[in-house]
Amino acid sequence: MHRTISRAATVVAGAAAAALVLSACGGGSTEGADLDPDADLTQQSLTVSNWAGYYPEDLAAQFQAAVGTPMTITNHATNEEIMAKLTAGGDSGVDVAFVSGQFAQALNEAGLVEPINPEFVPNLKNLYPEAQELAYDPGNKFSVPYAWGTTGICYRSDVVDEPTSWNAILEPSDENKGKVTALATERWLMLPAQKALGLSANTTDEGEMEQVKEKLIAAKPGLLAYDDTTFYSRLVSGEANMVVAWDGWCNYGTAENPDIKFVVPEEGSDLWADTMVVLKTSENKEAAHAFINFILDPANHAWVAENILYKVPNAPAMEAVAGLAADYPNMGLTPADLLKQESLVDLGEAGPMYTEIATEVTSS
Amino acid sequence: MPRVGWLRVPLIVTYAFLYLPIAVLVVMSFNASKTPFTWTGFSTRWYGELFSNELIREGFVNTMIVAIGATVLATILGTLLAIGVARYFRSSIVEAYSLAPAIIPDLALAIGLLALFGLLGVTLSLVSVLLSHVVFGMAFVAAVVIARLGQTDASLEEASRDLGAGAVTTFARITLPSLAPAIVAGALLVFTLSLDEFVVAYFTDGPNTPTLPIVIYSMVRFGVTPEINALAALLLLVSFTIVLSAQRITRLTDAV
Amino acid sequence: MTSPDGRTSGRGASRRRALSARAVFAGPGLLYATLFMTLPLLLILVYSFFTRGRFGGVVWEFTLDNYGRAFEPVYVKVFGTSIAIAAATTVLALLLGYPTAYAITRLSPRWRTVALILVVLPFWTNFLIRTYAWIILLNSEGPVNTALVDLGIIGAPLGLLYTPGAVIVGLLYAYLPLVVLPVYASLERVDRQLVEAASNLGASRTRAFFDVTLPLTLPGAMIGAIFVFVPSLGNFVVPELLGGGKTVMVGNLIRDQFLEARDWPFGSVIALFVVALLVVLFALQAYISRRINGRQVSRA
Repeated sequence: MHRTISRAATVVAGAAAAALVLSACGGGSTEGADLDPDADLTQQSLTVSNWAGYYPEDLAAQFQAAVGTPMTITNHATNEEIMAKLTAGGDSGVDVAFVSGQFAQALNEAGLVEPINPEFVPNLKNLYPEAQELAYDPGNKFSVPYAWGTTGICYRSDVVDEPTSWNAILEPSDENKGKVTALATERWLMLPAQKALGLSANTTDEGEMEQVKEKLIAAKPGLLAYDDTTFYSRLVSGEANMVVAWDGWCNYGTAENPDIKFVVPEEGSDLWADTMVVLKTSENKEAAHAFINFILDPANHAWVAENILYKVPNAPAMEAVAGLAADYPNMGLTPADLLKQESLVDLGEAGPMYTEIATEVTSS
Repeated sequence: MPRVGWLRVPLIVTYAFLYLPIAVLVVMSFNASKTPFTWTGFSTRWYGELFSNELIREGFVNTMIVAIGATVLATILGTLLAIGVARYFRSSIVEAYSLAPAIIPDLALAIGLLALFGLLGVTLSLVSVLLSHVVFGMAFVAAVVIARLGQTDASLEEASRDLGAGAVTTFARITLPSLAPAIVAGALLVFTLSLDEFVVAYFTDGPNTPTLPIVIYSMVRFGVTPEINALAALLLLVSFTIVLSAQRITRLTDAV
Repeated sequence: MTSPDGRTSGRGASRRRALSARAVFAGPGLLYATLFMTLPLLLILVYSFFTRGRFGGVVWEFTLDNYGRAFEPVYVKVFGTSIAIAAATTVLALLLGYPTAYAITRLSPRWRTVALILVVLPFWTNFLIRTYAWIILLNSEGPVNTALVDLGIIGAPLGLLYTPGAVIVGLLYAYLPLVVLPVYASLERVDRQLVEAASNLGASRTRAFFDVTLPLTLPGAMIGAIFVFVPSLGNFVVPELLGGGKTVMVGNLIRDQFLEARDWPFGSVIALFVVALLVVLFALQAYISRRINGRQVSRA
């Protein structure tokens, strides 16, 4: 039954395509393509999609100067945005995508990413051993971590006392009501309540998530907004006193006002990693590997860390920028500190449950 | 002499409501301060930063490619469609069907097109945005041209055909010239709509060719950026010029 | 005069010519609309009956669950809020737009053109930028609050931004011209003599307006109302930017199903709901305008 329908749909669609005379080249995926060690990288070109503002401005120029491959960097605002483009079918035109670990895991299960060939990325050796065994991809088989960190509360130390619990956000005191924000992206929207309730950040248990939902709904009236992009500037402008924030992003606030500080609440938090993956559809896989190797070079990765003020999982690079911890204490968190937190993994079939709860919370 | 009297009130309220925000943007585009709330002095700094912003420049080029391409295609298809509908079909159902793309909710159209392109394995790119913009653009051109056809006399065309002129000659010599103002107006309409279109582009664009509205969306989401004020002022200037020239063109050709 | 035979064949030829003219003129456009509007909409209709694929798209297993889900309290609530917000926007747009259109018809022809251009002009600047302007205006540090505080009307800045009210203002700003234009067009068509006749028969200006002008312009006003109401429901940018993510509209729901949950079938169901609503509203509009026109004819 469903086969007939899908065939009918294919025929109709095929007719449409023919009628249009579209020069649409389908995703010509080459199963586990062998990389050519002698490939002329100057003949390839690279398109990389990264978060806006999450890389040094002249990264493309530096890479081109070093390796010879012309490179374009495009931006996405969220994991979801780039996921939608990568899973839409067809060739997205992207060679290397930056996505968070659990999304890399999903892309791999969908068969959309190329295995990383370690022979082409000798600089993998620079990664902390801890960063090679993260739960979403032990052994970095299909993804290579670019930056990592944790989530906590970013606050104005001149206005409020150091918060110790997620409840500072979820149950704000009267003077902080309407002066706190929470992250909007599903996984991180749930995180404060999950941790405050002593639950796993990867829980798929419906009963537990019911509790999370209740707690978040109760927290909503105290919030100024759900915000994953401008929270630190709200601290700078004084619109907010405390915001849920990723560690590195809090540093942008600290850079503008040293009274802005970061703390991981006592209940614990997550360990997230933003990774680089090579798309199966890429026709420039050698250059893609060369790019990843370029990033992992200690000098380059240190340069990245200095620019984005996020920790990078690269041992020699972090040694090189150890000085940053003086101004930005969370840059000094060690791999051991991070490993105390819970590593995020893909939720599999529980994904829609999270979306539904997010809708219930934000629409309450 | 019509008395306006109390009718001034809604006029003033409406125009204040429409132009106050724009005035704030334009004034703030010349503000030296980075925060948009306090005036610290006159400066054209944000215009400079705007022009050196690689992303905006790229977005602008992409948008122009889409808008020009979509305008050309939509104008041809829409004009022919209007003539076919108004002169040869004379069926309200066919007319409604032709105009439907202009009123279908953009979000429904956008996800439908995303699903279609996905099913066909079409690479999302400027081409897919362009093809998508042509759909509603064509309907807008058709609407404008059909309205014009309703005002012009079909008997001229009939006379031409009766005198032995073929369909092509009649079309080229009689129909097209009388429709010129409407076609130009329709084309300008599509051009401005495509220039500004966000929702359909957001879903059907490839990740490495963002159009200007997509670039603006990510800038706006990342907070208050003074360059946006400068961009707003410039876009306003551009639309003002387009609208005024459209007025001119329609009036001139009407006079002829 | 030609023979009966000749006439038949002549008629056949002209008929064929008309058919080929239809094909040549309307053919490409109709084909295009079918491929890029009807086919996509049919596709989401088909998808709405199948099962979510984990990574987007669908698995070809038939189900009606997606429709069942739409009636879960959480979604019913989102529909409710969206309809309330879109309705409030529409009412405000009519309250502001109708008198504005009416006032414009009373201007001299020269000023009428200027006034109309001025209504449309903001519409042609980028929609996102127009929305962004309100972030600045309504901010607690922004001009509205500063002015109110400076004038001593309020003691401390109001939390104007990130409220349903801010969403309504943003939507109103985006769609107000869509009410003014159709209302203006229908006011233009109202027969002045009819209104004058009513006045001559002793009706006050106000009576004449409510008895004659208003009913006759109702179809135009309804078109304007639909043009505001339906896009307001489907708008996901304004609730996000001005609502601080705290107000969820149908548009956000659809966007999130496609981008966050990657649940295309359920997203399709909601999108179809919006399309269906549009069709129903237009049918209603057509019905009412036919009745009004019928009454006008019978009166005449």
